[in-house]
Amino acid sequence: MPEYKLKLRRYDPESGQPAYWSEYDVDLDAERSVLQGILTARDDQDGSIGIRCSCRAAICGSCAVRINGKTALACNTAIGEAAEKAGDGNPIVVEPMNNMPVIKDLIVDMDAVHWKKVQRVVPWLLPDGDPPEREYVVPAESMIDITQSMACIQCGACVGACLSMEANPDFIGPAALAKAYRFVGDPRDGQERERLKDLAEDPDGLYTCTHCFACVEVCPKDVAPMNQIMRLRRRATGDFGIKDRNNGYGHEKAFVNLIEKYGTLHEAQLLPRSFGDGSLLKGQTEPGAVKELIENLPTAIRGLKSGKVSPVKALWHHKLPGQENVKRIFDEVHAKEDRLELNLYIVGEGNDEEIGAMAEIAKEDV
Amino acid sequence: MPQHDVLVIGAGLAGQRAALAAAEGGASVGIISKVHPVRSHSNAAQGGINAALNPEDSWESHAFDTVKGSDYLGDQDAIEIMCREAPDEILHLEHLGVTFHRNEQGKLGTRAFGGASAARTYYVADITGQAILHVLYEQLMKYSDQVDRYEEWFTTALVKDESGRIAGAVTRNIRDGSMELFTAKTVILATGGNGQIFNPSTNALICTGDGIAQAYRAGATLMDMEMIQYHPTTLAGIGLLITEGARGEGAHLYNAQGERFMERYAPNKMELASRDVVSRAEQTEINEGRGFPDGTVALDITVVPKQRIHEALREIVMVGRDFAGVDITREPIHIKPGNHYVMGGIKTNVDGETDVPGLYAAGECACVSVHGGNRLGANSLLDTLIFGRRSGAHAARVAKGMSMPTPTREELGRERELLDGIVKRDRTGRRVSEIKAEMGAVMDKHCAVFRDEEGLKVALETVKRLREEAKTVAIDDKGTVFNQDVLGALELQYMLDNAECIVTGAIERKESRGAQFRTDFPERNDEEWIKHINLSAGDDGTPEISYSEVTMTQWEPQERKY
Repeated sequence: MPEYKLKLRRYDPESGQPAYWSEYDVDLDAERSVLQGILTARDDQDGSIGIRCSCRAAICGSCAVRINGKTALACNTAIGEAAEKAGDGNPIVVEPMNNMPVIKDLIVDMDAVHWKKVQRVVPWLLPDGDPPEREYVVPAESMIDITQSMACIQCGACVGACLSMEANPDFIGPAALAKAYRFVGDPRDGQERERLKDLAEDPDGLYTCTHCFACVEVCPKDVAPMNQIMRLRRRATGDFGIKDRNNGYGHEKAFVNLIEKYGTLHEAQLLPRSFGDGSLLKGQTEPGAVKELIENLPTAIRGLKSGKVSPVKALWHHKLPGQENVKRIFDEVHAKEDRLELNLYIVGEGNDEEIGAMAEIAKEDV
Repeated sequence: MPQHDVLVIGAGLAGQRAALAAAEGGASVGIISKVHPVRSHSNAAQGGINAALNPEDSWESHAFDTVKGSDYLGDQDAIEIMCREAPDEILHLEHLGVTFHRNEQGKLGTRAFGGASAARTYYVADITGQAILHVLYEQLMKYSDQVDRYEEWFTTALVKDESGRIAGAVTRNIRDGSMELFTAKTVILATGGNGQIFNPSTNALICTGDGIAQAYRAGATLMDMEMIQYHPTTLAGIGLLITEGARGEGAHLYNAQGERFMERYAPNKMELASRDVVSRAEQTEINEGRGFPDGTVALDITVVPKQRIHEALREIVMVGRDFAGVDITREPIHIKPGNHYVMGGIKTNVDGETDVPGLYAAGECACVSVHGGNRLGANSLLDTLIFGRRSGAHAARVAKGMSMPTPTREELGRERELLDGIVKRDRTGRRVSEIKAEMGAVMDKHCAVFRDEEGLKVALETVKRLREEAKTVAIDDKGTVFNQDVLGALELQYMLDNAECIVTGAIERKESRGAQFRTDFPERNDEEWIKHINLSAGDDGTPEISYSEVTMTQWEPQERKY
């Protein structure tokens, strides 16, 4: 059996001392988990090592930590792989998660951060009126759709890894917003609009996410919290016309329209179009657009100076050769009756007759 | 000093359901759990929950399947109640927001499960337990005015008043190490199973039989403790569970010679015979040399369409990938029978009442008994919810008519001393982990799928010795904040109490029924053994044996064939 070196970040709140490191050597098969490594050290060498754990199977969500700097469940990280990532002769470094206060060793205060934020999104179903005599009859797809959010085990890995939360600790954050989607996307809930309005208008709500993918990368259950946040945004703006705080909807719309028209991004037009429905010249601007544009002038000037944007380019943008093919994609998508949600939860593969949404898009459009 | 009409200990499905029902009944409720409620092991129930909700199905059919599955050791009055009340419970959960799978008409859809004569298992992909647990926790958050939650509090002992009635519990706040006496008119134990006695086990590390041992020490009767379920499909080595839902979706079992061996053991139900039957078949194949060199047989899920696997068996795709390095959509996975569930537990009536006045039990720690000698898949979630609800409602009604007890603080002092003693003890005894490992190995060797008197006696002697050794274990952690080390020492003692009762029951039952297969008594013996084995703590600390009758209503024992 290979021997692995674990380096754990320890903290004893009763000692009055700062955090320190302890190293342990453990013999374990490479496919066993980092958690098993920590438990072996605890069993055989030092019973005072603190870590929450229970199921060993990535179901209970207790053991999220940072392993070699990356947030993960200790129970579904193979110790051999962790050692490889640590590199030749380096110990596997295990630390408590970020963004939450440490209680002891690898144990963080989930109540103070994670659960408080979950409470914030009114995390229970609010149906309209009395329940039916039998079950609510709802589309089968809708239940499968929100099961991606239901698959969340509240481990807090995404919260620990969230860069927006690091910058703004008040951000509601990926886990709680994914939980919110579980209700917004649930046809049995009667408060869809109110929930979306509440989350969109909260200065630390829907639009604080910067789309960095950190939560998607660390989630052990493929909940993809950021995708749930994006779907909340699409519903808020697309279905209810709720104005978002930083005009992301206008930006996205301008982006899509420009690509449809030119095949490539007409950068000089992006900013004005983001704030003006047609263009600035036509004067159909969003409230606050002039202020936003003035604030963005330095960016425009930098673009002019570097040659990225020129007055000529600003007025004229070449079309992509074969742009009609791009247009054809747009036509096809526009022709679909329902908005196609990219639900990564169910991805069919191989030669099945029934295939998932992702595969369907891949087949038709590529 | 916290006071509650109803104090629930344990916050898995049974505990949360009991707390909500008690609150609905107007009681002031406290719920204590040694882990955050959503970390509870109810999470691990993957496949689903049974109910005869379909108009073509009937509760009688569900009840008969359960009686037959129990090998006629289940109490038929309790089984009737469970199966009758199942449909309404499913609808209640659906109304609360559980995201049950729908059929094409948008109505609740079902899947097939072992030992059942109809497809009556309702499910959320293969995360059914998790989905229900998280939805109940949503409700606890919603009703936080009525239900006080004590998350990460560890119960060390139950407290009675002078009349012998339950009066509360002694607990330790894990976060700061403080000890507290909780006063309560009624106490509901919902502390789950004891799988950690065995190694390997599908059970989480927290499943250490705490409540069963505490009730036993407080004078409650334990029943049918020998009935330990080995689940047919667990990963070799670490013991993680592959849901029965896989076979429900159509997966096959093969031995190393490529034979679909269930043809020989259960020609009608094949892979969907009840769990004891399938586990014995697998173990027979392995013992007779037709298994793989790693002591396993193969589960082939590739026969299920890939889209369906991704939709309905997502969790085990991950288990295969992360814990066995196998893509179950492309290749078979090696599995074997592994410790999974205790059918026995604290003896209760159909309202959850135990032999100790005011003390209730529900869920896996209880034995009503609806599972008898063998639990059917997808009946455990149902058991937790039906009897959790009934216990909570009954306890709330009882509490209404009485005043708050006034237990002395003696017990608190005693428990505090006990814990301090363990923390301060010099390092001379064995480590907790050593004793646990020895217990786990001996139980898995002698008290598993096949048992005989010789092996069981070895197990009993070992457990008795380990109980003595556990009294002097030494620990490393001298602190108060999250001292998991000292709690581990307590859990070890609970587990050993459980283990002694399991082995004692297994030696006593001189026949083969349900999960208990005695190679020295290979036949079911209805003449002598249609009876429950009851155990209570004797004065010298060893279990005293007595019997109670199995309640029969409408189903006479028949030969059991699948």
